Amino acid sequence: MLEPINVSLASLNITTLAPMLIAIVGALTILCIDLIKGGLHKSFYVMVSSLFLLLDLGVVVDFGNIFLKNGPVSGMFDMMLIDGLAIMGQIIIVAGSMLFIPLALTSKRFHEYNYPEYFALFLFMIAGFQFMVSTDNLILIFVGLETASLALYALIALHNRSKSFEAAVKYFTMGALAAGFFAFGSMILYAISGSIEINQIASVLAGDHYANIGYVLVAVSFMLAAFGFKLSMVPFHTWTPDVYEGSSAALAGYMSIVPKIAGFIVAMRLFEFLVHSGVVWLQVILYIVVVVTMTASNIWAMVQTDVKRMLAYSSISHAGFVMAAILIGTTQSNAALFMYWALFSFTNLGAFTMLWVSRQKNLLAGQSSDHPFEKFSGLIKTMPMAAILMGLFMLSLAGIPPFGLFWGKIYIIASAVTGGYTVLALIMALNSALAAYYYLKLIVFMFMKEPVVGYEKYYLINASITLKTIIGIAAIGTIFAVFAVNPLLKVITLFVYNSGY
Amino acid sequence: MQEHILSILIFFPALAAMLGFIVHKDSVRAYGITVAAIEFFLSLLLWNLYDPMTSGMQFMESAPLVAAFGINYLVGIDGISLFIIVLSTFFTMIGIASLTETRRVKDLIITLLFLEMTMVGVFAALDAVVFYVFWELSLIPMLYIIGAWGGPLRIYASVKFFLYTFTGSLVMLVGMLFMAYFYYQATGQWSFSLLEWYRLILPLNFQLWLFAAFFVGFAIKVPMFPFHTWLPYAHGQAPTIGSVILAAILLKMGTYAFVRFSLPLFPDASVFFMFPIATLAIIMIVYTAMVAYAQEDIKQVVAYSSVSHMGVIVLGTFALNVEGISGSIFLMIAHGVVSGALFLLVGVIYDRRHTKLMSEFGGLASVMPRYATIFGIMMMASVGLPLTINFVGEFLSLLGFYKQSHSFTIVAGTAIIVGAIYMLSAYKKMFFGTVTKEENKNLKDVNKTELIALVPLVIITIWLGVYPKPILEPINNSVESIVQLMHDKAQTKEAQTRIPNLGNHQATNSQQETH
Repeated sequence: MLEPINVSLASLNITTLAPMLIAIVGALTILCIDLIKGGLHKSFYVMVSSLFLLLDLGVVVDFGNIFLKNGPVSGMFDMMLIDGLAIMGQIIIVAGSMLFIPLALTSKRFHEYNYPEYFALFLFMIAGFQFMVSTDNLILIFVGLETASLALYALIALHNRSKSFEAAVKYFTMGALAAGFFAFGSMILYAISGSIEINQIASVLAGDHYANIGYVLVAVSFMLAAFGFKLSMVPFHTWTPDVYEGSSAALAGYMSIVPKIAGFIVAMRLFEFLVHSGVVWLQVILYIVVVVTMTASNIWAMVQTDVKRMLAYSSISHAGFVMAAILIGTTQSNAALFMYWALFSFTNLGAFTMLWVSRQKNLLAGQSSDHPFEKFSGLIKTMPMAAILMGLFMLSLAGIPPFGLFWGKIYIIASAVTGGYTVLALIMALNSALAAYYYLKLIVFMFMKEPVVGYEKYYLINASITLKTIIGIAAIGTIFAVFAVNPLLKVITLFVYNSGY
Repeated sequence: MQEHILSILIFFPALAAMLGFIVHKDSVRAYGITVAAIEFFLSLLLWNLYDPMTSGMQFMESAPLVAAFGINYLVGIDGISLFIIVLSTFFTMIGIASLTETRRVKDLIITLLFLEMTMVGVFAALDAVVFYVFWELSLIPMLYIIGAWGGPLRIYASVKFFLYTFTGSLVMLVGMLFMAYFYYQATGQWSFSLLEWYRLILPLNFQLWLFAAFFVGFAIKVPMFPFHTWLPYAHGQAPTIGSVILAAILLKMGTYAFVRFSLPLFPDASVFFMFPIATLAIIMIVYTAMVAYAQEDIKQVVAYSSVSHMGVIVLGTFALNVEGISGSIFLMIAHGVVSGALFLLVGVIYDRRHTKLMSEFGGLASVMPRYATIFGIMMMASVGLPLTINFVGEFLSLLGFYKQSHSFTIVAGTAIIVGAIYMLSAYKKMFFGTVTKEENKNLKDVNKTELIALVPLVIITIWLGVYPKPILEPINNSVESIVQLMHDKAQTKEAQTRIPNLGNHQATNSQQETH
């Protein structure tokens, strides 16, 4: 006779699911509303999604307060783990999404925003990412990752151009491969440790002093490949520029921020104990991956002729830069990762929105891609304000002080210095100089060349009030970042430190 | 107002620049002149309020920026930075007043006002990160000025200028982070405050590495010999106003930073690297002087001669004694005045003929007598004729280094004669002889706008050449405290002997003053 399973509802701690459930309920609500009354304007869906995201954010922030009082919360049979990383990750995910979803409110009509499914998928994706960051259970991570990725593939394809289909399919195949690698890696970790929870795996492995080192290495290589794909590390980055080019600028900007922070958090949970375990092999591999990712993508970015592809390579390089924080693995560097990404979100939001507002429906004769550099030629003469804003975002991306990203850069490099990675610090600094070249290229086009006839009617063609507001928010966040750095740094360090990273 | 005068001085031009977007483009030049004049007046007020007898920092202001990481908005000036700030505001004013550029004047003036903010900021900053922020920010307006108003190769020149300096300063940034980390290790607290760093005594091998890291950043900016290749391009392509500001102020950032950072932070390393750097400086003096002689373009002659004189400044700085450092700081100001004036003069002739080739001229002395006179005075000053401003600085710099090494100083001294050769020959080619070209016969002499800029420069050149004391004394007082600090911090035997101890000397000095 089996014992009746006795689980008290309180021990389940169902509230840990609340943030994701809000996003999912939001998605379902949108679908239900569509059943009752179709053909509503996109602004309705944008606002409904934003409201649900706002609720979501409120709950997450509330968890933040609980965390600071009582420490990490776990629930649902220890599947969910709401620690500092989870909370900060969710804040960046939800806040980032809230900044990106109003980009649907363009003044021109775009086909994908007429489907309520677009917004439902968007919310499902957010829920997926939220699951991914707030657990250390490998299976739940996998489920979250796949939910989010599948939704994202569909969102890309909805842009309804042949390049978008190509991008979606490319991303899908690569994503499937990555998922396979992830599953294999988890399987091997489970085989040698008998657990699928990262902290248990860590303690089992530490307990037998890495007796199965061979298997650990195989598992780690699979995991590295999986995260290499997801975080677009060289040599697994090849899909990135094509996918960015194929998707709309709004979505490309989104992809450069939100999915990656989710990936970084999982990578942090997984690799942190391995880096500290003294497995030199892993450190060396990570070191090489970080340096090659930064440097190679910077060099590729220099030869691009399209601004969006250039930004795609630049975001690969930024990902490599941030991956260095995981390699260094001190509390300072992990805090630096979050700060960098928070500041990066603002700047990249601005840069991609600037591309998005000048999106053309049809290419001109002889135009090879959506946003060639020539398109921005002489912008200072035709649209001085737009040129100055775009220049501002480029300078921030290049790490020119006192704009946003500089403070992230300086803090990550400082963490490399304190972590004892002197050479890495120097490589990171010099990479910023390499990167300055291609950001400068756009500035040179905008400020120093004559306008090219034919493009002028496309500038700010999509700019509705909402989009201008978003650009304004991004610009203010970029310029005045210096005043936000201190509070940000304090809060982030507190969260990271109390989560034990 | 007195407590905040430095912040006002830094941010007033930036604020004015932003408001300048609203000003109509026909009136923007007057607006620029007004703002720059107010700023210049404020800097004179600063000089007036400055107490020349105090050697330490004055008008200090402090506000936390990133307290958790030890970054504070910390500004203050001493005798070393005061005059360079006055020089910056002065040159911005006369630069805008004598502006002959007509294309997109509004953008240019707004850019210049932003540039003024960064220049004042660099020289007033006492926090390494604040310094770095202004240092990097100063690149952007200059990039735009060269790239948008420059000659045919302007984009190449401006990007080269930017990337060179940016790369160097990133290495410097890593050095700064290390310095802050060492401070953190020593005290348990992050700090980027220069004054707190001064108290830190580092082991020699750390000093050597950090010195090298800072050196890369500063040397590219100066520009020291192997890193100087960006400068002729930048000067060659830049519009007149760009060259003037670049030569008069921006290059001084590098040499100023040597005095502010390298020497007091790393006294042992400074002594260790004294002769290698002196060698580079002498190569820089001799080599660029010879290159200048071979130029056909008058602007390139001035550009190379300006590099050559920067070599003397570096040499004086690394004499590591009061005479040398004071002399080099005085020479920074002198060089700013003289080379700024020379670039303005080149601009005058370029506006009339749209060429800078010396072979196109000849016999200008009879066509443009006033122009020839001013050019002559400035050229003599550049050569280092006694009773002109450059002489005082060069003499003191060389005197300072003479105490360290006789042979080096003799080589450097002879090199200055080479300077006389190329300058005189350039002058001969342009001004003497008969007027050979038809176009030159009816050239107009300098007009009023140009005189407004040039006459004050001539007056300063002669006034400070004859009577340098009002400037030299505050500089001297501040330099004495730096040299004393270096001596106190020095650990190696060699450093202790090379850097003089001023303990008694200072006491007698102040006694004399009380009498």
